[in-house]
Parts: sequence; C-alpha cells; structure tokens
Amino acid sequence: MKYLDEFRDGELAQRLAREIRQSATQPWAIMEVCGGQTHSIVRNGLDQLLNGIVEMIHGPGCPVCVTPLELIDKALKIASVPGVIFCSFGDMLRVPGSHMDLFRVKAEGADVRVVYSPLDALRIARQNPGNQVVFFGIGFETTAPANAMAVYQAKVHQIMNFSMLVSHVLVPPAISAIMDSPACRVQAFLAAGHVCSVMGYRQYNPLVEKYKVPIVITGFEPLDLLEGIRRAVLLLEAGTPQVNNAYERAVSFEGNLPAQKLLSEVFEIADRTWRGIGKIPSSGWRLSEAYREFDAELRFAVSSIRAEESPLCHSGEVLQGNLKPNECPGFAKECTPRHPLGATMVSTEGACAAYYNYGRFVPVESIQ
Amino acid sequence: MCLAIPGQIKTIYDVLGMRMGKVSFGGIVKEVCLAYLPDIAVGDYTVVHVGFAITQVDEESARRTLANFQEMGLLDEEFGEVG
Repeated sequence: MKYLDEFRDGELAQRLAREIRQSATQPWAIMEVCGGQTHSIVRNGLDQLLNGIVEMIHGPGCPVCVTPLELIDKALKIASVPGVIFCSFGDMLRVPGSHMDLFRVKAEGADVRVVYSPLDALRIARQNPGNQVVFFGIGFETTAPANAMAVYQAKVHQIMNFSMLVSHVLVPPAISAIMDSPACRVQAFLAAGHVCSVMGYRQYNPLVEKYKVPIVITGFEPLDLLEGIRRAVLLLEAGTPQVNNAYERAVSFEGNLPAQKLLSEVFEIADRTWRGIGKIPSSGWRLSEAYREFDAELRFAVSSIRAEESPLCHSGEVLQGNLKPNECPGFAKECTPRHPLGATMVSTEGACAAYYNYGRFVPVESIQ
Repeated sequence: MCLAIPGQIKTIYDVLGMRMGKVSFGGIVKEVCLAYLPDIAVGDYTVVHVGFAITQVDEESARRTLANFQEMGLLDEEFGEVG
C-alpha cells in the first residue's frame, strides 16, 4: 500500500488536508458515489487522514457490484448455450451467480472471452458469423456510450449475430434513492468525474434544490479527491448547497453532446434493480424499441430467471452508507474476495473488497 | 473497469464509417474510437474509457494523471488483463 506522503504530490495533499481540517467546525459525512473513488480513497488512506473531520461514506457506484444476481445467472445461462461466444469486461468473470461464475462456465467448455471494449465483441461477431456473440453490457453513464456505439454499429452493418445483455444504471436516481432513505446520513456528495464527462452536470441541479445537499464533481486521483472533499466541506460550512465542478479539466457543464445524442437513440430509461439496494424507478437504461432486436435477454429468452441473495450479506446497508464494511458480521469471515457473498465484495472497486484488500479489518469509531 | 486513462492521439483513420485512432498511454498504444470527439486532432490528449475517447484534456494534466496512474500500478491493472 502506498501512503499519501510517498506521492510526488504528498506536500500538496497534506496542505489540502490541513485546509479541510481548519475549515471544518464539525464532523461531516460525505459520500463518494463512484467505486473507483472508493478504491482510491481507501488505497491512499484519505479516509484515515481525515478521520474525525470527514467521514467518507462509500456509495453504490460500482457497476460490477450493483449488477443484480439474477442478471449474472442470465449471463451464465446464455454463456452455456452451445455456439455462443460470451464477451465481457474482465471484472465480471469472477462475480458469482447463484451457483457458479463465468470462469467456471468457461472451464466447463463455454466460449467466454474477456474483451477490453464492446467494439472487440462486435469484431468477434463479424469474424464468427456462424456463432451468436453476446456482450455483457454493464456500467454507469461513463461506459454507456461505448455500449451504445457497439449496438448502433451492429444495426447499421446488420451484424445480426451480435447481441447485448444490458444492465445499465444511472447516478442521479441512485442519489435520490439514498437521500430518500429514512436512515440517510449523507450530507454531501462527490459525484463521479467521468460520468459527468459524458453527461455534464445539469442533471444535478434539481437534486441540490430538492435535497439541499452540495454535490461536487470530483476526479479520481488523491489530490482530486482531497480537493473535492475540501470544496464539499466549504459548501457545508457555508450552508450553501450547490453543484460545484472540481474536475474542470475533464468535465464541462454540457458534457459530451455527440455521446448523449447516441445514448438517447439507442437506450431508453427503465426501472432497474440494484444489487444490495433493490428496485429504483427510472434508474437505468435498456435498449430502445428500435434496437431491441439486439437485446440478448429477449433473444435467449432468459427474462424469467430469478435469484435469491445470501441472507448473511449486508451490502445494501454498506451501499447506502449505513454500515462500514468491517462492521458487517460476515466481513472477512464467511465473505471474502475469493468467496464473496454480495455486491460490495465481488469487485475490486466494491467498498468491502477495498477494505479487505487494504487491511481495514477493524472498524474505526464512527464520527456520528 | 471504471477507470478512464488519458492518452495522446497518434493517428486518426476511418473504420467502416467510424472515426478511430491510435492513442498512446505512456507508451502503450491502443486503438480507440474517436466518434464522440469529432473535433479532436492528432497530438491532442483525451481521456479513454473501454476503448472510447470521452473527453479532451490538456497535455499537462494528462501527463500528470498518467504519471500518477503509473505510480499506482493502474495502467497494468487496466491493460494487463487483455492483450
């Protein structure tokens, strides 16, 4: 593990942390929405650096974590069909379904391939016209333009042996769901920078108005995160909730308009079930009517598959910030990265996996 | 999988009507879809996620981020899994 002072920017980081400490007249609870940010915070010990001043609550922004168990089971079922080439980002292969994972299906003879980009899966479809090629299209708004383009290209070039198992989720409805929860302790949000690179940040203004919480668009490196936290604390101290962009070098107000245009053509808003949280209305995307012929769920008739979560798992409370990973009774006992019981342990970007990998086995006293 | 990495555009070309290019991430060169950044040019820096350029960034911040990512081992994590 690397600690902050080992970085070239150690001095600047310490200065930002000092400013945060000096600005805060009371402890604040701030949620970083994105799993990549959680990973960076825990890896660099930022939460420990700010212990007693700012409590970082780790949000649900890890797409691998929140992909529902039944969708994993659907993926496993499709991957097992003879003649199917099932393509996925690497992190999904280790995620256990109800009875097995994609690695095991692959070991048993299925053609499961790790790809870097959905366009790789499309290329595989072109090269193997006699096979059905399915891409596991998960992700937040950051990943959606890539998946949208793959489906769009499949339609334009009539690559009819290509389809996508879609499980796209959106950040703003998740923020609403967290704020609407009666147990919510979150006082400000760090919004995920690259989600906003795509979508811009106009959609956060209604959330700030409704819930009176500051939302700071934040990057992923230690200094970005400290700057995001510093701005959130200043807004909290001033009592002036607003949207603030602390990641200007990669995020504009409008976002990426060509990407948004294709997203609105290929996808439409749909209810989504979030693993560990449950159904959130209008919280994701599915393929729009014009592209539905590329929906793997329909092509392989797996829509009716249902799954049951382990009763030992408290990932829903972890994802909403009401429980720290190491406060869960199953943490590092029944539930480990090798044998994950739920959402937040399955991906390296999940809060439980981050705590496990960086040796956070003992709870720090909660500041509230 | 949510990582987005800055890189410099080395070449731009067309594949079946789609704007593509080669992007160098601190020496690792990958093919990237540039369809969402129609105005970006060779030599410019962009942030790339799962093979797609999603936003343009300036050279200084791109170099800084790349150096940080290299230091944290994130480039290996991102590009190590697949060929």
